[in-house]
Amino acid sequence: MADVVTLRKAQPGPGATRRAATSRYGHRIRRNLSAYAFLIGAVLCFTFFSWYPIVREVIMSFQKAVYGGGYTWDGWRNYTRIIHDPMFWQAWRNTLEFTLLALVIGYAVPFCVAILLNELRHARGYLRILVYLPVMLPPAAALLLFSYFYNPQYGLFDDILRLLHLPTSQWVLQPGTGFVSTAMISVVIASTWMNMGGATLIYLAALQNIPGELYEAAELDGAGLFSRIRHVTIPQTRLILITLLLLQVVATMQMFVEAFVLTNGGGGVGNNTQSVVMLMYQYAFAYSGASNYNSASALGVMLMVVLAVFSGGFLWATRERG
Amino acid sequence: MAGLATAGSWSARRRNGASAARPTRTATPTRTLISSAQLNRRRGRITYRIILTLVVVVFTLVFIGPLYFLFADGLKSTQEAIATPPTLYPHQLIPSTYLTAWNRLDVAKLLWNTLYYAFGALAFQLVFDVTAAYALSKLRPALGNVILFLMLATLMIPAMVLVVPLYVTVVSLPILHINLVGSPAAIWLPSVANAFNIFLLKRFFDSIPTDYIDAAQIDGASRLTILRRIVLPISRPILGVVAIFGLVAVWKDFLWPLLVEYGYTPTRETLNVGIWQASIGTPENLIIAASAMAAVPTIVFFLIFQRNIMAGLTAGGIRG
Repeated sequence: MADVVTLRKAQPGPGATRRAATSRYGHRIRRNLSAYAFLIGAVLCFTFFSWYPIVREVIMSFQKAVYGGGYTWDGWRNYTRIIHDPMFWQAWRNTLEFTLLALVIGYAVPFCVAILLNELRHARGYLRILVYLPVMLPPAAALLLFSYFYNPQYGLFDDILRLLHLPTSQWVLQPGTGFVSTAMISVVIASTWMNMGGATLIYLAALQNIPGELYEAAELDGAGLFSRIRHVTIPQTRLILITLLLLQVVATMQMFVEAFVLTNGGGGVGNNTQSVVMLMYQYAFAYSGASNYNSASALGVMLMVVLAVFSGGFLWATRERG
Repeated sequence: MAGLATAGSWSARRRNGASAARPTRTATPTRTLISSAQLNRRRGRITYRIILTLVVVVFTLVFIGPLYFLFADGLKSTQEAIATPPTLYPHQLIPSTYLTAWNRLDVAKLLWNTLYYAFGALAFQLVFDVTAAYALSKLRPALGNVILFLMLATLMIPAMVLVVPLYVTVVSLPILHINLVGSPAAIWLPSVANAFNIFLLKRFFDSIPTDYIDAAQIDGASRLTILRRIVLPISRPILGVVAIFGLVAVWKDFLWPLLVEYGYTPTRETLNVGIWQASIGTPENLIIAASAMAAVPTIVFFLIFQRNIMAGLTAGGIRG
């Protein structure tokens, strides 16, 4: 470090300032240009594949396709058209159902598992690997496996139910569009198995940061097990819990792969597992001959707005007071 | 939800105002919900052992169980795989199922494609995102903050929302009017537009003391040399995290490759898309065998790099 100090002291003397002033300006332009050279790759990629598509989507949602190519302004017609599509409401209901079920099953369970794992003094490394292993699997492979398990004839799960003398189910293909449908629960189970490892490990890390004195103090005050969880564990991990809750809702509202692969590209019986993103995909790509990028864009913009409003409202509601 | 984990670590880091990791006492384990003293008492010890065994057994069944069937059912014959009721182990071992699946679904091609896309995307990300983060962090050109803000603003946009306009853009790039569908660039280039990478890298570069860089500058090193010789070697940890999450993201992607690389032959499909496409009309044992083969690289990758992966996940969860 001494070398740096002595080098820094070797500044140009006062006589050199005038010469330095003019070359400093040119030097600054050259420095900026060289910095832009470093930025150009990412900026181009962002422009073409991030910023432009965002703007394009909003614009396209107000346009309609013209025969022969190109688009013209169409006003709100895309929005009114998709609102009048019964599948639109079905998809939103299904997605909400999935998100809520995923909250109950896929949010509470990883936290409880993390609490459990945190208490165990042995086998923690092994259990952590177990929990995270499904996260690494290619989704199609895992979902095809679950699809195989869910099969009513030769699937493993119905076999287990039969062994336990419980009524069998058709799992993902179970008809029924009640708000809590077996089909959607089946999707949530598969999705949770595939994804809970990440959340569990994050919670585990947060739990390990809780100072032990708080638990000691709570126990001295006579707090039981659940009381300690309520009054020490949860407040201490409040930030992580809130953050992951927000991220989970945003992610589950965009669910696609699980429902798509488990129902072979269809929407389930009576469309009871079709999600908003699946509908968007169908608007844009699946209705052969009637592929409508504009309707899909309108739906996409709606999803974006819904998630933005939710995120904003949620962050405001959970803001630190005082 | 892989993105869920990584994005969560970012948000947690940003919002968690708590101080950095507290010093852990290495002599005695940190006191958790249930004290060690309680566990050492006789009743506590028995309860603990029972629960521990229960947890290990249940978790193994729940998490390894399906994987057992993934690998075992691929060894069954076509009829046995769809037998009612299903058999717990293959009564007839037919290892040739794997070979048939390998050939019929062209797993080799799918595997090669996916690796090609994954490593290509990683290369592009490392080159473009690292240089951009370096420029934004250390070089700080004019308008740098505007560019950074615009990049980070895209984090607010949910990924799926962009799929349709991104596809329309890729079909005909503005100004250049190139169609990227079917070419690997359709996967590589959009992967560079990853604001999370920029955020992670810039944050790491910000933490590199400017003394090193100043010293090298005074010695007359060019900016590129500084990046190569000083910044990159120090940045190995963060580059590891970026690499792992970048590879996993491409490997697990389904909707995007379905749109831009889908065809009737596996010539350019990824593993996920190819196996799914083949699943329609193929016997179950072949599908399961192919899925098992598709799962092997990721399992091996995970077992080799699990320490780095866990560290990358948990680092974000702890630090403020």
